[in-house]
Amino acid sequence: MSTETTDQIAIDRTRGDFSYPESHLFDAGTGLTKDTVDYISRVKGEAEWIREFRHRALEIFKSKPMPTHWASKDLENIIFENIRYYLANGQKPTRSWDEVPDDLKRTFERLGIPEQERKFLAGVEAQFDSEAVYSNIKAAVGEQGVIFCGSTEGLREHPEIFRKWFGKVIPTGDNKFSALNSAVFSGGSFIYVPPGVKVKHPLQAYFRINAENFGQFERTLIIADEGSEVMYMEGCTAPKFETATLHSAVVELVAMKGAKIQYVTVQNWSANVFNLVTKRAIAHEEAEVKWIDCNIGSRLTMKYPGVVLKGRKARGEVISIALASDGQHQDTGAKMIHAADETTSNIVSKSISVGTGRSTYRGLVHIPKHLKGCKNNTECDALLINSKSRTDTYPAITVRGTGNSSQHEASVSQISAEQIFYMQQRGLTEAQAMSLSVNGFVNDLVRQFPMEYSVELKRLIDLEMEGSVG
Amino acid sequence: MNTAILESEEVLTTTTHAAPILSAGPVSPEQAEAWEKFTALPMPVRTNEEWRFANVKDLDLSAYVQAQPVDDATRDELLTRSTGLAAVAGRMIFANDQLLAQETLADSLRQRGVIWLPLEQAAAEHPELFRKHFMREEAILGGQKFAALHASQVRAGTFLYVPRGVEIALPIETFHWQHGAHSSVFPHTLIIAGEMAKVTLVDYYESADHDAPGLACGVNDLWLGAGANVTYVCVQNWSRQAHSFQMNSTVVGRDANSKSLFAQLGGRHVRSESISHLRGQGGRSDMLAVAVAEGAQEVDARTFQIHEVPNTQSDLLYKNSLDDTARTIFAGLIRVDPGAHRTDAYQKVRNLLLSDEAEANSAPGLEIEADDVRCTHGATCGQIEQEELFYLLSRGIPKKDAQRLIVFGFLNEVIERLGNEPLQEKLRELVRARFAK
Repeated sequence: MSTETTDQIAIDRTRGDFSYPESHLFDAGTGLTKDTVDYISRVKGEAEWIREFRHRALEIFKSKPMPTHWASKDLENIIFENIRYYLANGQKPTRSWDEVPDDLKRTFERLGIPEQERKFLAGVEAQFDSEAVYSNIKAAVGEQGVIFCGSTEGLREHPEIFRKWFGKVIPTGDNKFSALNSAVFSGGSFIYVPPGVKVKHPLQAYFRINAENFGQFERTLIIADEGSEVMYMEGCTAPKFETATLHSAVVELVAMKGAKIQYVTVQNWSANVFNLVTKRAIAHEEAEVKWIDCNIGSRLTMKYPGVVLKGRKARGEVISIALASDGQHQDTGAKMIHAADETTSNIVSKSISVGTGRSTYRGLVHIPKHLKGCKNNTECDALLINSKSRTDTYPAITVRGTGNSSQHEASVSQISAEQIFYMQQRGLTEAQAMSLSVNGFVNDLVRQFPMEYSVELKRLIDLEMEGSVG
Repeated sequence: MNTAILESEEVLTTTTHAAPILSAGPVSPEQAEAWEKFTALPMPVRTNEEWRFANVKDLDLSAYVQAQPVDDATRDELLTRSTGLAAVAGRMIFANDQLLAQETLADSLRQRGVIWLPLEQAAAEHPELFRKHFMREEAILGGQKFAALHASQVRAGTFLYVPRGVEIALPIETFHWQHGAHSSVFPHTLIIAGEMAKVTLVDYYESADHDAPGLACGVNDLWLGAGANVTYVCVQNWSRQAHSFQMNSTVVGRDANSKSLFAQLGGRHVRSESISHLRGQGGRSDMLAVAVAEGAQEVDARTFQIHEVPNTQSDLLYKNSLDDTARTIFAGLIRVDPGAHRTDAYQKVRNLLLSDEAEANSAPGLEIEADDVRCTHGATCGQIEQEELFYLLSRGIPKKDAQRLIVFGFLNEVIERLGNEPLQEKLRELVRARFAK
């Protein structure tokens, strides 16, 4: 029985389409020049070394070519001159819920996160446009010595902690977009967890884009000192606009000896956003880094979270869910660079392509010579919903020497007509059956997300499948 | 007489061999055009995804010269060294792109319309059939430049046409010898299997001297009509100093069944590109390969399974054993075109690393634009299980022998997929001989 289903799934995107009047006190205008960089640096009151760092990055950005040979041609549609590189609403990060402007509260409301749930969460760092406008760090976290602040504040108040690793995990020249971010970054979170501290509650940041043609270049650096543990969560939705928006973040994680970092992303950009993110972690001896990544929405996402396994027995993991709807391309994957003995890595990726959506897994596993006892496991599963849907898998695995092993497996399938038929004759509509099947496909990964995120994720998948069939 | 092949003018005018295959004149316009294409295309660079992982630095084509005819003593020596299967339907032996001997097909097959000729002769006697099938599928896996080089230089090879309904029970064999330091050969194999035709062809690529540098640049065209059944085996055992490029294309028609196996035993840099076009519903292609890579060898395999129509199958299994500082590259792609529903495609590469300096690169890929498909791929890298080794040691088998046994068993799994016992035994013999060195 054929499961050719054409144009049955139309996505209701209007739920995310809302925006509020813009009131930006600081606006660097469109285009990118030395003056833009100077302007951003001046507004932020940054130290001279940061200004120089930005200028160097700008030069690198201009000299670097776009990714060639392998990347989507859609990248050529980014017009760098039309992008606003800095925007802030002039607010300093606030500490309590009451100080948050009402229109922002309405935005959060529309995202469907009840206030009760938000209060339950340990620390909420919400980002509206370029500046962090809301940060609520539970007293307990502060008392433990944990630093949780924005990038500007982090570099200004704690250079002795952050400067050491800033731009070290992902060098400015890593790729064109990491260079761009290094030139114009603002916002993001800087976190330091002292040795032995286990942060009980997840640290969380929500942020949104709310201005047309405005690029979001947040910069995140998380340092977990020896034996500490921390979980960081970010989630994003963006309102719909006519022209493309660029989001290009750089996220660096440093897990010192025996530390554990979990970085959770649930992302739902609107269908006009280019989301080109560089995420990488360094795991020292016996440290564990886990990227849990969920990509829904955006026009084009290119994101390959990586872990450099630098110390013996370090462990890296990437759990990834991608959903590509009509006109969207989710180009996601993982990189595992083994650089010490007995390091292990695990990649599990599941993607769903709906309508004309295209999802791509692109992976890199590198186990160089003279290492012993390194192991990698990679699994990629793709689900195709319609006959026009597309999925690709492009892993690259290099293994040297006799002491290591790697295995990679990928499969592509679709929802069987029998499955849908069975559920329909039990009284479910075709759309419900489809939604249930998709949720079932990703269920084992969704369960790895923190509870409130897995609820949200299920809601997002339902939303994508909403009004889809019949 | 050492004419560097890069000096095109000279090569094309000083050719002392039989006329170029594409026309009656000494230099055909087609070959001149191919030469122009070759010179116009850039040399491969590693930043190009199609040449990712490949070592392209020490590829210097200017060192290679056109192969010259061998003398009588060499001729006799190579003929005795051309030992293939005990029972064959026919055998051709080439040395330096010149035909040394041909054991003709049975009259009964000829009477039923089977055409089996050296390439040049076929081009002259059956121009239409030849033109319709000779290099009609582009080399799209990065080897465009080398396919053009081949087209501009090709003189030797087999042309096999098996008409509708004819089955040739015994395999046909072709030997290609490369002789003399820095000499270059351009073997070609063209098989056209008509409706319900059945045939097996084995190519043996050999160098007379295993320490002399050389260049081999070959192309295969396999065409399977409706319901045809073709088994193609290529045993590559060029000199350990040779550069080898091989571009293979198989077009699988309706309900046809193609099976190919590449045994990569020799060469220093071996690049093999294999494309299966699943062009008729119900078609199936089995793509098999084994590589025994050691010393400083690099075996670079690029594969492409293109499912162009619904209801087709492909199944790929490549196995590499790597010793010393050997490197292997596997970059494969399964592509399911829009509308090619109910495709069933499989792709698996397994690497067995025997030394700490060996390096295996795998890039198995999928591109799916249809639904109701079943596509799976897998890539593994590992080493000999200590328990297996221990078991054999405890039975009194010396370590070196035990290792060889395990590697042999690992590769034999691919060979057994051929389903032709005499041919399998021949391949096992060749792999064993490789281990003995």
